[in-house]
This record gives sequence, structure tokens and C-alpha cells, in this order.
Amino acid sequence: MTPALDIRNLSKSFDRPAVAGLDLTVRMGEFYSLLGPNGAGKTTTLRMVAGLLPPDSGSIHVCGIDALRDPVEAKRIVAWVSDEPMIYDKLTPYEYLEFVAGLWSLDADIAETRARDLMDWLGLIPHAHERCEGFSKGMRQKVALAGALVHGPRVIILDEPLTGLDAGSARQVKRVLRERVAAGGTVIMTTHILEVAERMADRVGIIADGRLIAEGTLDELRTQAGRGLSSLEDTFLALVAEQQAAA
Amino acid sequence: MSAGSITWFANHELRLAWRDFLSMMTAGRRGRERIVALALTIFVVFAHVLAWYFVARYVDVGTEPDKPALVVITGTVLLSWSLLMSQAMESVTRAFYARSDLELILSSPAAARKIFAVRIGAMALSVILMAALIGAPIINVAIVRGGARWLGAYGVVIAMGATAAAGAVALTVALFRTIGPKRTRLAAQIIAAVIAAVFIIGLQVAAILSHGTLSRMVFLESDTLVALVPEVDSLVWLPARAALGNLTALAVVLGGALALLGAAILVFSARFGDHAIAASGVAATGARQAPRSGFRARSPARVLRRKEWTLLLRDPWLVSQTLMQLLYLLPPALLLWRSYGEGTGALVVLVPVLVMAAGQLAGGLAWLAISGEDAPDLVATAPVLARSIVRAKVEAVLGAIAIAFAPFIVALSLLSLEHAAVATLGILTAAAAATGIQFWFRKQATRRYFRHRQTASRFATFAEAFSSISWAATAALAVGGTWLALFPAAIGIGILLGARWMSPHKA
Repeated sequence: MTPALDIRNLSKSFDRPAVAGLDLTVRMGEFYSLLGPNGAGKTTTLRMVAGLLPPDSGSIHVCGIDALRDPVEAKRIVAWVSDEPMIYDKLTPYEYLEFVAGLWSLDADIAETRARDLMDWLGLIPHAHERCEGFSKGMRQKVALAGALVHGPRVIILDEPLTGLDAGSARQVKRVLRERVAAGGTVIMTTHILEVAERMADRVGIIADGRLIAEGTLDELRTQAGRGLSSLEDTFLALVAEQQAAA
Repeated sequence: MSAGSITWFANHELRLAWRDFLSMMTAGRRGRERIVALALTIFVVFAHVLAWYFVARYVDVGTEPDKPALVVITGTVLLSWSLLMSQAMESVTRAFYARSDLELILSSPAAARKIFAVRIGAMALSVILMAALIGAPIINVAIVRGGARWLGAYGVVIAMGATAAAGAVALTVALFRTIGPKRTRLAAQIIAAVIAAVFIIGLQVAAILSHGTLSRMVFLESDTLVALVPEVDSLVWLPARAALGNLTALAVVLGGALALLGAAILVFSARFGDHAIAASGVAATGARQAPRSGFRARSPARVLRRKEWTLLLRDPWLVSQTLMQLLYLLPPALLLWRSYGEGTGALVVLVPVLVMAAGQLAGGLAWLAISGEDAPDLVATAPVLARSIVRAKVEAVLGAIAIAFAPFIVALSLLSLEHAAVATLGILTAAAAATGIQFWFRKQATRRYFRHRQTASRFATFAEAFSSISWAATAALAVGGTWLALFPAAIGIGILLGARWMSPHKA
């Protein structure tokens, strides 16, 4: 089966190497969580996958499409949500979703139905015709998430989507993501909240110094870390410390 | 200097102001101080050379000036004061809404009144320094050519800065009390821009109506105006007399201005904190748009163009900033109206003004569309080719320019088809050139930095300005029917090639 994301020997340097020969495979219909300490290369990796950064070398395939050779086709099936929701203050959620639908050249009727469903799921209906300028961080993040989902992406990439959200908003976002995976979509998410990764992810990848140092289900990671660790937090810290000691 | 004293706070405020100034001049980049110092020195020398030629005929006024001299000096003082008032209002609004240390200050045991007294004083000082910096070349040349009595002009500059700061604080606080903190920000910014524009434009309008010229000086020196103004012994001329070195007048003007500033500090510093807190507590609430149902099928290019226009039209502050540039077109429009049936002589002035305005307006709009994109990640991850996105944004800019300038072209074509053709070509070229420069020097920023977009790249700012000037000169000479138009056109092309070569985004 074609993987949802297949990264081979991916590298990117700024002042120093941010991503160094990374290999990563995410299966179709999987909830994959990418963890790592600050500056490990998680965001850089995902920005390259989303087409926001050109890599120095390596290859990226999204659902079998070469994202570097055919970026437009790859972007058609990918959605990107960053930790800082970037929306237009002077547009309403309804207008924002119509704008996204236009950018993705969607059928207007289908897009509107999807938009209404998404706004309903995310509790945005009462604010559908209100300009976003007065929205809280959580509301803005929900609008951004609705924008990411309205074009029906097969792969959803989220960079710290729960940062700054209140408990209610975080629960709504997690529910929508779970439903996407249940419907066959693939979610790739970075997070510093290890409990979220522990509860939601099918598999977890741990990245440090631009390389994948461990990958698998929670049980597989525990085995890899040894020492009878029970929580993902302990396992993560042990694996990162091991990598840093080796470096 | 003990902690918490007036001098301690003043030191803190001045240090922040100095760092703000440095950051603005160097665009926040380290190691640029020497280059900036060199550029400033060159600018100061150049400004003195310019002043040498322009103020020469005004400095030989005797100690007992006649009415025309008093009118010219007073007119110049009022013109400069309107600009200072505008700058001061910007500073006061910033102090209310954009100072991040407000909660720290007000939660400290230090007396808020003392802190805000220092803050208003520091604002006045920065306005005075700016006025002195801009006025220095003219005053220095006047001192060299007309004698030490012109030193009094520096006193007038201090008085202008002090009254502008006092007036700005009083006006902003009055706005706060009448329309509330939410509306004050926008109202104050619009008033600041209008104050700066109205006096300059008003003088030009008066000059056109009375003498059929765009020159403000012609109006100030006109017999009509001189006949209308009060006699030479009127108190109205005190600032002019002070600038000419009359010590009594200087004492009255300077003393009065400083007393006014002192009174403003005394009256408003106590409530300044309350207003600032009220301003910081203002949460933007989103206006409701009329609900509608049904997405419209549009191409990516069309939704991008529409988005740019919608965002611009829904932002009153941006509209006011953009329209302010168009407000300067009012005098040429008036000149155009007056020229009906009087031949095409005045149009030689009008065509380059239109071209220059188009270049400047396009530069601002292009910055908003290209660098001021609020959701860059969304647009960049859309399945649309990057060049298609850029093309749509350029179309949005040129479309707005076309809408703004079409009425002028239509009116012009009724007078002279040739002039209209040259103006159209010039407007399009200047707008395209400014857009190109903004594209080559694009740097992601939020739209609220529109007023400070020049600090991102000084090179781009100068390239944009000189490009517009070159195309305006080309249009002026082309309207005159001379092949010399090729020279400024070549300079304009050279500027574009240079900008392309210097661009950090060559791809």
C-alpha cells in the first residue's frame, strides 16, 4: 500500500543542519505524532512536506505524488495548520472558508456543505458571519482548522495545534482529528503535550538533531528505551537523553 | 539619580526613545550604525545645499519686516506645525495603545502621575528634536546668510514642538472622553493624517484658485493674501517676529508654548494612566457582516484579487492611509478643472503629478498585497503556482490604480488625447515599477506595519521614490514633446535593473 508520506534522506540547513538525512514513513489512515525537543527539526520537516520550504536534498512523496517535482498536485491533497493560526481578521469564518474553497478550486456547493458541517462540528456557526478580528486564540485556531479541512485533504499536517487552546477547544479539535482518521484520513502532528500523543497517536516518531531516533507504537518505544518505563514522557526523555549522550 | 525619581524615569524614557530611533534607522540590523551615520551626514549636507538656494531670498528681511515677509514666515511656521501636530498625535496614540510596559508601570508602587508626566515630556522632546532636525538646514543657512538673529528660529521650533505635543495630548484625551477608547485609535490616526494634509493641500488649493498654480509660495506672497491679513503690529505675527530674532516676541512665544506644555502635563498626566489602561483593555470585536448563503464558484486568481480588495475596503485605517495619498491629487484635480477652455499649459504640471501619485499609491498597495499577506502559509500551501499567486496580486494592485486614476484620464482626454495617452502610459509604468520593486524586496509582515514599511528596506524605499520621480519626469518631458524624455526613462529603467540586481529574491 502506498504510504501517506514517504520521506527519504531529507536535509535542510540554515546556519546549522536543521534536518539531516531524515527518513520517515507514515502509513495511510494513521495518526502519527512527531515528537522532539525544541530545535530538533520537527517544524522544518513538516514545512518542507507542506511545500513552505525547499529542502537542500532528499525526496518527499505524499500519497505517491512526488511533492518536489509536482508540488501543485501534492498540495491539492495536503492541509497545513501551524501553531499560530494565520487567518484574515477582516473576513468572517464563512468568507474565509469560501476563500479557501476558491484557492483549492472546489465545487462551490460541495464546499459550502462541508464548510457548514465543519463550522457546526467546531462550534463556529454562531460566529459564522462575524469578522475574525475579535476572536480568541482558540476560535482562530478552529477557523484555521476548518480552512484546512474544507478542501477534504487526505493528509493533514498540524504543527502544535493545541498550543494556547482552552480545554473545551482542545477537545473539539482532537475530536475532529479523530473523526478524520476514522474516515480514512492521515494526520501528522507535532506536539509538546506528550499525553496527547500518548492518547491519540497510532505511532510516534521521535526526532532529535534532525534525525529520527526512535519510532513505533507506545509499546514498541518502551521496549526500545528499556528500563521498564511506563509513560511516554519517561520514554521520550530517556531516548532523547540517550541520543544526546551518544552525540 | 535615585530610582523612581523624575530624572530616573526620564532617563528610562529617553533610552527607550533612542533605541527606537536606532532600530528605525537601521531596520533592526546590527552593525549598520556607521552606514546610517554616513547616510545621515550626506543627507544633512545635501539638505543644507538645497536650503542655500531656496531660502536665500527670504533671509535678508530687516528687523522691521513688512507684511509679505511676515506672511511667508508665518505660513511656513503653520505648515510645519501642522506636520508636527500630526507626528505628535501619532506618538500620543502609540503611547496609549502600543506600549507594552503599561501594566508593569501601573502595577508598580511608583506614582503614575510622575511617570506619565515624564512620558508626555519625552514625547514633546522627541517632536521638538524632529522639528529641529528638519528645520536645521533652513535655519543654519539663514543664520549664515542673514545673521545670528535667525537663532531665534530655533526658539520658535521649540515652541512649535511644545505646542504640538500639548495640543496632541489635549485632543487625544478629548477624543477619549467623547467617543471612547475603541474609536479613538482610528479617529486619532485619521485626524493626524488629515491635519498634515489639509494645510498643505489647502494652501495649494488657494494658490490654484487665486493664481492658477500649484506653488504654495506664490499664494503666500500674493497681494490678495497680504491685503487680507492683519496689520504688521498684530499679535498674529509674534512667531514670525520671534523667528527673526525679536527677543520680546521670542520670550512671549517660547514662554507661552512651554507654559502650555506644562499645563497639559499638569492637567492630563493624572488621567493619562486611566485612559491608557482603558485603551489596553479594548478588545477588538468583530463586526457582523450580512449573512448570506451559497459559495460562489471563482478561480483562485479571482478569489485572491477579491480578497485583497475586501481586506482593504474593510480596514478604515488602511483606507484612510491610502486615500490620504489620493487627497494630494485634489490640487491637480482642481488645476485640471480650472484649465478647461484655457489651453493645455497647466496640464504639463498635472501629468507628472498623476504619474508620481500612481507610483506612490501602487507601492503602498503592492506592499499590502505582497508583504502584508496575513495568511502566507495558507496561500503558499494552496495548489496554485507561485507565479499565478503573484500575478493575481499584481492584478489586484493595478486594478485599484486603474479605478483610482480612470476619472482623471477621462477628464484629461476631453482636453487633450495626447496628454491623456502619455498620462495613462506613465501611470501604468510607474505603478508597475513600484509593484515590481515591492515584489523584489518583499518581506513578510503584518498589515498593521503599513506605516513603517519603509524601515524594512531603505533601498526599496528610495528605489520606489526615485523610480516614481523618473517616470513623472519622463511623462512631463514627453508631454512637452521633447526627446529628452528618454533620459529620465533610461534612469527609471536603470533603477529597476538596479533594484532587480540588489533584490534578495532574485528567483
